[in-house]
Amino acid sequence: MAAFTIAAGTGNWFSALALGVTLLKCLLIPTYHSTDFEVHRNWLAITHSLPISQWYYEATSEWTLDYPPFFAWFEYILSHVAKYFDQEMLNVRNLNYSSSRTLLFQRFSVIFMDVLFVYAVHECCKCIDGKKVGKELTEKPKFILSVLLMWNFGLLIVDHIHFQYNGFLFGLMLLSIARLFQKRHMEGAFFFAVLLHFKHIYLYVAPAYGVYLLRSYCFTANKPDGSVRWNSFSFVRVISLGLVVFLVSALSLGPFLALNQLPQVFSRLFPFKRGLCHAYWAPNFWALYNALDKVLSVIGPRGFLRCLTLCALSSFMFGWHVHEKAILLAILPMSLLSVQKAGDASIFLILTTTGHYSLFPLLFTAPELPIKILLMLLFTIYSISSLKTLFRWSFTLVAQAGVQWRDLSSPHPPPTGFKQFSCLCLPSYWDYRHAPPCPANFCLFVCFWRRSFILVA
Amino acid sequence: MEKWYLMTIVVLIGLTVRWTVSLNSYSGAGKPPMFGDYEAQRHWQEITFNLPVKQWYFNSSDNNLQYWGLDYPPLTAYHSLLCAYVAKFINPDWIALHTSRGYESQAHKLFMRTTVLIADLLIYIPAVVLYCCSLKDISTKKKIANVLCILLYPGLILIDYGHFQYNSVSLGFALWGVLGVSCDWDLLGSLAFCLAINYKQMELYHSLPFFCFLLGKCFKKGLKGKGFVLLVKLACTVVASFVLCWLPFFTEREQTLQVLRRLFPVDRGLFEDKVANIWCSFNVFLKIRDILPRHIQLIMSFCFTFLSLLPACIRLTLQPSSKGFRLTLVSCALSFFLFSFQVHEKSILLVSLPVCLVLSEIPFMSTWFLLVSTFSLLPLLLKDELLMPSVVTTMAFFIACVTSFSIFEKTSEEELQLKSFSISVRKYLPCFTFLSRMIQYLFLISVITMVLLTLMTVTLDPPQKLPDLFSVLVCFVSCLNFLFFLVYFNIIIMWDSKSGRNQKKIS
Repeated sequence: MAAFTIAAGTGNWFSALALGVTLLKCLLIPTYHSTDFEVHRNWLAITHSLPISQWYYEATSEWTLDYPPFFAWFEYILSHVAKYFDQEMLNVRNLNYSSSRTLLFQRFSVIFMDVLFVYAVHECCKCIDGKKVGKELTEKPKFILSVLLMWNFGLLIVDHIHFQYNGFLFGLMLLSIARLFQKRHMEGAFFFAVLLHFKHIYLYVAPAYGVYLLRSYCFTANKPDGSVRWNSFSFVRVISLGLVVFLVSALSLGPFLALNQLPQVFSRLFPFKRGLCHAYWAPNFWALYNALDKVLSVIGPRGFLRCLTLCALSSFMFGWHVHEKAILLAILPMSLLSVQKAGDASIFLILTTTGHYSLFPLLFTAPELPIKILLMLLFTIYSISSLKTLFRWSFTLVAQAGVQWRDLSSPHPPPTGFKQFSCLCLPSYWDYRHAPPCPANFCLFVCFWRRSFILVA
Repeated sequence: MEKWYLMTIVVLIGLTVRWTVSLNSYSGAGKPPMFGDYEAQRHWQEITFNLPVKQWYFNSSDNNLQYWGLDYPPLTAYHSLLCAYVAKFINPDWIALHTSRGYESQAHKLFMRTTVLIADLLIYIPAVVLYCCSLKDISTKKKIANVLCILLYPGLILIDYGHFQYNSVSLGFALWGVLGVSCDWDLLGSLAFCLAINYKQMELYHSLPFFCFLLGKCFKKGLKGKGFVLLVKLACTVVASFVLCWLPFFTEREQTLQVLRRLFPVDRGLFEDKVANIWCSFNVFLKIRDILPRHIQLIMSFCFTFLSLLPACIRLTLQPSSKGFRLTLVSCALSFFLFSFQVHEKSILLVSLPVCLVLSEIPFMSTWFLLVSTFSLLPLLLKDELLMPSVVTTMAFFIACVTSFSIFEKTSEEELQLKSFSISVRKYLPCFTFLSRMIQYLFLISVITMVLLTLMTVTLDPPQKLPDLFSVLVCFVSCLNFLFFLVYFNIIIMWDSKSGRNQKKIS
């Protein structure tokens, strides 16, 4: 009984939260699933029954393999477990095969892979400092962050109803962010490189990583005023980072290079012929522009996180063939910022509410309507009430923030008492100690933020 | 965090779990010719909408009582009529006379599940929230945790949203009754309880404690003055509510008698199918159902039932208290479940509701009981293909109770309310100090047995000669657990009042 008490007892709120959300995911097993279910079943079949040389050429089904090789290997490993559930799902000719055992296996595989996401959230919580010790459990930033990440509405409905494997991929991304926060830059770079070879959509945020690693890892020292010390550039570090990325890419693309299939692989991954280079670069150009503008001023992991969110948002706004699910790429990292500063929390609330609402058309069947409404209400009410309690706001100040946003294009600085809440103050949080950037850049940046929120909403 | 935000979140979690369970199969899905309870409810909508009131309970060419004839009191019929009007508006094919028999479609399932959700939302959930808010001597956080645990109770969710029934209506009305009577709104409380009885006659299991508690209150106020006035008012309320519900059936004597015959089918025998009750378990060793004649069975079950519940009821009449009332509800309902005539396994919900009400006072034993009650429904749930939701909701409930009430830290004699009992026993047996540890071991054994039996039922096939082996084992084990709980609850009722009186003497 004593062992029971220790195992089940006080303070293990994290396990209770993780277990609770896992049980909710199990309850979502019989819900509607989209064509993505058939996509992944087809990939299980392709990787299991065909040799590697055929993986990126197989086209029996319309859902051809268009993720990088690591994901293909992942499906290959899964297929070896799948054969104990239902052998028929691994037949490439069985299009739209969805027996109850297939459904059970696929759903359980998503739920199981979320273990990586839970671990990543655990690591992220370690990076959050719980300010005043002795506060109630439900008001601690760690608790709120765990709920905002593990019980994220968007992730729940996209992964466990619509059907995708975003959970563990975002787990890899959050893990790399956590490692960067913990100053374990090589591991952070490694995890991100691995992530890129699982799903190449994360290329959108690669500039943020590149710039941050360059600034914080490759330049080893700062001047007293915080700006970069140019002569502290470490070639060893650059080379070791490059080596990590190179080795990961070699592991992933190596076999296909040997088989001379690289062009085919790339044509599957980036399925646009001439439009690709022009359009696909556009968000990166913007992100790159914004990021480069701040390359000298990005200091600290929090600045990196802001840059990452900015890249994700700009890619969402201007990217080619962007799915509504891509809003999660901005929402999840922003959660980490929201529990630390009141201003970030207010932006997070608007982003998350509108972003999640924009996911509604993803589930269009009648039985799932109450589920998405209930889960959305649950998440929205929780996030507003918990963040409000954490920062002890009054709604009047937030309303002021809303009114002030329309004056963003004016060159006048915001009133002092207001600095805490308006998004205008983002630059003030970037913590740079030298002169503010020139007004032209500033206005462009601000207009970009303003437009992105209006367009997203 | 502010109280109302937390409460809203908890209610939303309850609703989410309910709706996700409702996505699963229902009783009798795709199983002609009789189907199941789902078809029964649809059929009642058809009957009440298309036939005049006088024909609802009678056998006729339009109304074949053998095919799910109405066997609940009039309020169920009126509820079905209301649902039928909505169904007519959406798709008349669902309730067309004769031609809609066995109608099954996704849209119809959605409609039926929505009616359950709306009834739950309007009646049961507000009652639970208000009840927990009215609890005394506990913090706001504990009240909200209490709401979460009660809303996550798997038995009610699986039967109402899985198997398909409207238990939340009758249990909700009964809960309003408990609330009213505990807060001294006796007339409203008894009105609500009468509505509950008129919805499902099984609520009569709860009627004796209500009667004894209100009688006790009248005695306390003095039978010569205010007490008598209260008694008269209560009698009038009860009679008026019954008359109101049964009005269309009081026009002719034959109508009333026929309804009563449908509600209390004494011809059907001591028990039907497998149920976790004494008679069914005894039947394993000695086939009493076949040996004894029908009227002897009736008398025997009557005697056993009333003998087992009499002490608690007398105690309640002499010393009416809110806590005693709730505990007597438990023990009375449990006595009826174990010893009464024609008990269905779903009637365990009538015991579970009062146990949910004492969850905050005796968390360990209540959680244990509620787990056993869900386990006793296993054969029924497996028939309806509800294994996954039942396992998941049971685990969710268990985790909620463990984290909210830290039940494993509350296993001392004091916490289990057995202190006065063990002190009395120690006068004769000085070595009786192991009560708490014994109960913990029993809990462990019980849980292990339940888990093993569940695994066996799901994975193994029963032997050829004994095809019902696992169902009978489940019933037998549950029955043993229930007997233990009957003894336990009776002990704490009897010894609790004693200590109350002693304390009064001291002070």
